[in-house]
Amino acid sequence: MSLLLHSRTLLPGLVLTLVFTGAALISLVWVPYDITVLDIASRMKPPSWVHPFGTDQFGRDILSMIMEGARTSIAVALVAVGIGMVIGVPFGLAAAVRKGGLMDEVIMRGNDLVFAFPSLLIAVMITAVFGASALNAIIAIGIFNIPVFARLTRGAALSLWSRDYILAARVAGKGQARISLEHILPNVANLLIVQGTIQFSLGILAEAGLSYVGLGAQPPIASWGRMLADSQTMISLAPHLALFPGLAILLTVLGLNLLGDGLRDALDPKLRRARV
Amino acid sequence: MLHYFLKRLISLGLSLVAASVVIFLALEVVPGDPASYMLGLNAQEDTLNALRQELGLNGTILERYVSWAGGLLTGDFGTSYTYRTPVAGMIGDRLWVSLPLALYALILSTLIAFPAGIWAAARRGTAADATVMGVTQLGVAIPNFWFAMLMVLVFAINLRWFSAGGFPGWDAGFFVAMKALTLPAIALALPQASILTRVMRSSLLDTLNEDFIRTARAKGLTKGQALWRHAVRNALIPVLTILGLQFSFLLAGAIIIENVFFLPGLGRLVFQSISARDLIVVESIVMLLVFAVILVNFAVDMAYAWVDPRLRRRR
Repeated sequence: MSLLLHSRTLLPGLVLTLVFTGAALISLVWVPYDITVLDIASRMKPPSWVHPFGTDQFGRDILSMIMEGARTSIAVALVAVGIGMVIGVPFGLAAAVRKGGLMDEVIMRGNDLVFAFPSLLIAVMITAVFGASALNAIIAIGIFNIPVFARLTRGAALSLWSRDYILAARVAGKGQARISLEHILPNVANLLIVQGTIQFSLGILAEAGLSYVGLGAQPPIASWGRMLADSQTMISLAPHLALFPGLAILLTVLGLNLLGDGLRDALDPKLRRARV
Repeated sequence: MLHYFLKRLISLGLSLVAASVVIFLALEVVPGDPASYMLGLNAQEDTLNALRQELGLNGTILERYVSWAGGLLTGDFGTSYTYRTPVAGMIGDRLWVSLPLALYALILSTLIAFPAGIWAAARRGTAADATVMGVTQLGVAIPNFWFAMLMVLVFAINLRWFSAGGFPGWDAGFFVAMKALTLPAIALALPQASILTRVMRSSLLDTLNEDFIRTARAKGLTKGQALWRHAVRNALIPVLTILGLQFSFLLAGAIIIENVFFLPGLGRLVFQSISARDLIVVESIVMLLVFAVILVNFAVDMAYAWVDPRLRRRR
């Protein structure tokens, strides 16, 4: 609790993140209006008590669309972080076992190769072959995340392998895989959580960008990026169509970045001591 | 240095080959035959064969890869399935929009980030520093295509200072063309400038803690003199690395921004090609961009080694 109060970024970050994950979770059971129902009579209405964020060109409630869009964004980014961690972390752990060994070389060169493909280009390739969908966006962002986590894990694990307690574990007869799992992994977990938050926010931005250009979630799935794309031709008539989805992306990403900064300060004992 | 250079050169070559294999396999070994897609369901078998022959779709995968990769080396990117014109020409035309846009954005982000980062570092802990950090926090979080839309609303639709989109071409005059690229370049530069400002600031703060700065101050230099004569120059190394890496992100990021402003660049071309299933064009553009990323990384590595001799020995 005192950590929450000490960090200037942790609390606002946590609040913003909770608001948007909360909105996404609530949308699973309830939204103010059904967004599959078109109500042409009340199209492009500015914000009011009935529709707090207004309505779009088909008369759909923008607040409801933002809530469902939060679900898409968060689901895509979260699964993409999961893919990056589940594949990247074991590779990083394996590479760190013997620095400069064959395994290390192969994994790190593979990493460099994937690193040369920005997630947008991976998405372009996947879409060119299989067509656009939320799943393809997840895969594209997930692949992009793999080398990020592999590098981070390797870097952190390398410095741990020379520690005395690892030597003690080896003397006790533990194998390399077991040491990686029981001693290395828990000690890099903090770093992974912080990086996970950052990749999560990058994933939200990437998903928005992909669905904006039509490479992400397809109708009827609501998505912030596509709401922005749809609003573009009407921006001079009804600026609120573009305002709210954009703000939603901005605040979610900002919240996650602040949360990541705050967590890094909170989880890094060196910084904590320095402050006290 | 020569040894390091040759080693990196070999690894550069291998990366390019590996990337081309990945791109080729991903896009060529796909279900569906471009020839039958182009000619429709009622196409005769001999017509199909003739078209496959023309597009170079006959032969084993290895043969096709060798002919494609060999073509890339000689500047022959193949023939577009839909437009029936050489892909190299199509890309060349579009590159004259995307490349200047990325360079423009790179210059803008440098012009913003260097002074802002130095200014914030020199006033560490003050309100000025906090403001710069707050603004960069927003700049990193804002989706640049949304920022682009807001700029169109304000500067094109309301104030009418710029056009809302389109590109008059370089024939219309340098300044007219640059004006059309200004809003897109600002949108593209904003997140990069924010990141660069933060890197500049933290790198400078690290440098300001070094002993040689204390020495410089001890021999009588003012804070400002020590900052400009010694700290900034030494803080530039990590900043230049990030700057180099950003260029490839700008080139890829231009794909989305071009769509906001309807600019006839590589981004528009790649999306048109996806919807037309013109895979050879998609393949060439992706290869070109990945090639740019790998090449820029190589250049950054070399520049780094040139500046900092310790790196040559480390690997």
